[in-house]
Amino acid sequence: MMLDLYTRRRITNAIGLTVSMLTMAFGLFWLIWILWTLLEYGLPALTPLVFTQMTPPPGSGGGLLNAIAGSLAMTLVGTLIGTPIGILAGTYLAEFGQRGWLAPVTRFINDVLLSAPSIVIGLFVYEIYVVHVKHFSGWAGTLALAIIVIPIVIRTTENMLRLIPNTLREAAAALGAPQWKVVSFVTLRAARAGIITGVMLAIARISGETAPLLFTALNNQFWSSNMDQPMANLPVVIFQFAMSPYEDWQQLAWAGALLITLSVLTLNILARVLFRQSATTY
Amino acid sequence: MPTFLRETSLKRHNVLDLLFRNLTRVSAFGVLALLAAIIGSLVMGSMPAINAFGFGFLTSSEWDPVNDQFGALIPIVGTLITSGIALLIAIPVSFGIALFLTELSPRILRRPLGIAIELLAGIPSIIYGMWGLFVFAPLFADHIEPWLNDRFGAMPYIGPFLSGPPMGIGMLTAGIILAIMVIPFIAAVMRDVFEIVPTLLKESAYGLGSTTWEVMWNIVLPYTKIGVVGGIMLGLGRALGETMAVTFVIGNAHELHKSLLMPGNSIASALANEFTEAYGELYTSALIELGLILFFITFVVLSLARFMLYKLGQREGKVT
Repeated sequence: MMLDLYTRRRITNAIGLTVSMLTMAFGLFWLIWILWTLLEYGLPALTPLVFTQMTPPPGSGGGLLNAIAGSLAMTLVGTLIGTPIGILAGTYLAEFGQRGWLAPVTRFINDVLLSAPSIVIGLFVYEIYVVHVKHFSGWAGTLALAIIVIPIVIRTTENMLRLIPNTLREAAAALGAPQWKVVSFVTLRAARAGIITGVMLAIARISGETAPLLFTALNNQFWSSNMDQPMANLPVVIFQFAMSPYEDWQQLAWAGALLITLSVLTLNILARVLFRQSATTY
Repeated sequence: MPTFLRETSLKRHNVLDLLFRNLTRVSAFGVLALLAAIIGSLVMGSMPAINAFGFGFLTSSEWDPVNDQFGALIPIVGTLITSGIALLIAIPVSFGIALFLTELSPRILRRPLGIAIELLAGIPSIIYGMWGLFVFAPLFADHIEPWLNDRFGAMPYIGPFLSGPPMGIGMLTAGIILAIMVIPFIAAVMRDVFEIVPTLLKESAYGLGSTTWEVMWNIVLPYTKIGVVGGIMLGLGRALGETMAVTFVIGNAHELHKSLLMPGNSIASALANEFTEAYGELYTSALIELGLILFFITFVVLSLARFMLYKLGQREGKVT
C-alpha cells in the first residue's frame, strides 16, 4: 500500500522529532555518566588527608595540599593580571572603537584567540619566558593562564557594555561628566554583574587547564611558595598520577579530578544564576 | 577666580579623557601584539627544524629522535582523522539538541537543559581524558570493538578501517571522546543562530501547514546555513587543538595504520607527551614546528568560522 503524502510527512516529522529528543538524551547521558564516574571513584578517595598532606612518592599515603595551593595561587594571580587588561580592551571595543580599523580587527583576532588551542599558549610562554630564565616556574604558568583569561574577559565585557542603553551615557554626558567618568562610573558600573560573570567563567576555564601548564609550571613534589620555582598544580598532578601505574596515585588523581570538576561546575552554574542574560563564551 | 578654576578642571578632564582612551586603546592593541608575538616566537623556535627539513617536514612520516629525523605527517593525519570522526558524530547530534532546545522543549525545561549542555562544555578536558582512559576505553574494548570486528571486519572497503585488536585506546576512541566534547559548542551556536530566525517566517510556514520538521529543514536551516557552518567550524577548531582528552586515549604511537582501532598520535598529544622530555635543539624545534602547524590550521579554521558567524549577524540586522 502506498502511503499518501500527508501520512508520509507526518511520519517524517515524528521520526525527526523523536530523533531530536534522543540526541538530547544522548547529550545528557554523557554528562550524567561522567559525573557519576567522578563521584564513584572520587568520593572514596576524598579523605581529609587530601587537604592536609603533600603529594606522596608512590607507595605511601599523602594528599594534594601543595597542588591545591599551587593551583589556587596561579589561578588567582593569573586572573588578577588578565582581568584588568581584558576589561580595558573590552571597554575600548564597546565604547571607543566606532571608528577606525583597530576595533574590528581586534574583535576578530580576539574571537579567534578565544578558541585557540591552549597548548600553543603553553609553547608560546615556554619560548618567550622559560627558555630565557632556563627553568620552569610558577610565574610562567601564571603568565600562560593570564593569556587565556584575557580574550574571555574582553568578549564578555564588550557584550555586556553593548547591552547598556545609550540613554544612560547621554544622561551622564548631559550632566557634564567627561567621557572617562561616563565610562568608568556609569556604563562599566551598570555592566558590573555581567563583567563579573565573565571573570567567573574565565576562572572556571583556567582552573581546569592542563596543557598550558605542562611546559610552564611543570610540577613540584613539595610545598612551594616561591613562584619562581616549578610549582605543583592540580591538573598536572592529576595527569601524572592518572597516567602512572600506581594504585594510590590513581586514587589521588580521582580525588583531584572530583575537586576540580566540582569547583568548575559550581562556578559555571553560579555565573549563570547570577546573570541570567546569555553569557556564553564559545 | 571661578572662571580660572573651571578652565583648569576642564583641562584636567581633557587630559584624563585622553589618558583613559589611550589606555584602553593600548590594551586592545595588546591583543594584536599578542597574536603577532605568538606567531613570531613559534616561527623563531621552529627555525632550526624548518632549516633542517624544509617542506619535507609536512610529508615525512619519520619520527626518530635518536637519529634526529623528524616528520609531521603522522601527527597531522592523526589530528585530522580524530577531528573528522568527532564532527561526523557531533554534527547530527548537535543539530538534534539545538532543534530540541529551540522548538520542542517545554518552556520551563529550556533553560535548565541548555545549562546542562553548557556544563558538558565546562568539564575540563583532563577529566574527559581520565574518564575515557579508565571507564570508556575498557568498555569500548570489551563490547564495541569486538562487535565492530565481527560486523564490519570482513566487509570490503570499510572493513580494514574497523578491524583490529580490541585495545580500547586508539583513533576511534579519541574521536568519540572529542565528539562528546565539541557537541556542546556546536549545539550552543546552532541554538543561538536558530533563535534569530524571524518568527514571522516560521509562523508563515506553520500557517501553510508545515510540520515542525519541515519548518526546521526548509525554513530555519536554509536561513541560518552560514551560521550553522560557522558553528561547525568552531567545533572543528576546538577538536583540532584539544590536548589532554586525546592524549589519554589515542595511544601515542608514531605509527600510521589503516585501522581506526589502532593507536596513533595527534599534534597536541605529541606535544604534551614529548615536549618536556625532548633533548637536543632539533627535537625541541621539531615539536615547536608541530605547534606552529597546529596554530596555523586552527587559526584558518577559526577565522573562517568567525567570518561566517559575522556574515549571519550582519544579515540579521538587514533583513528583519
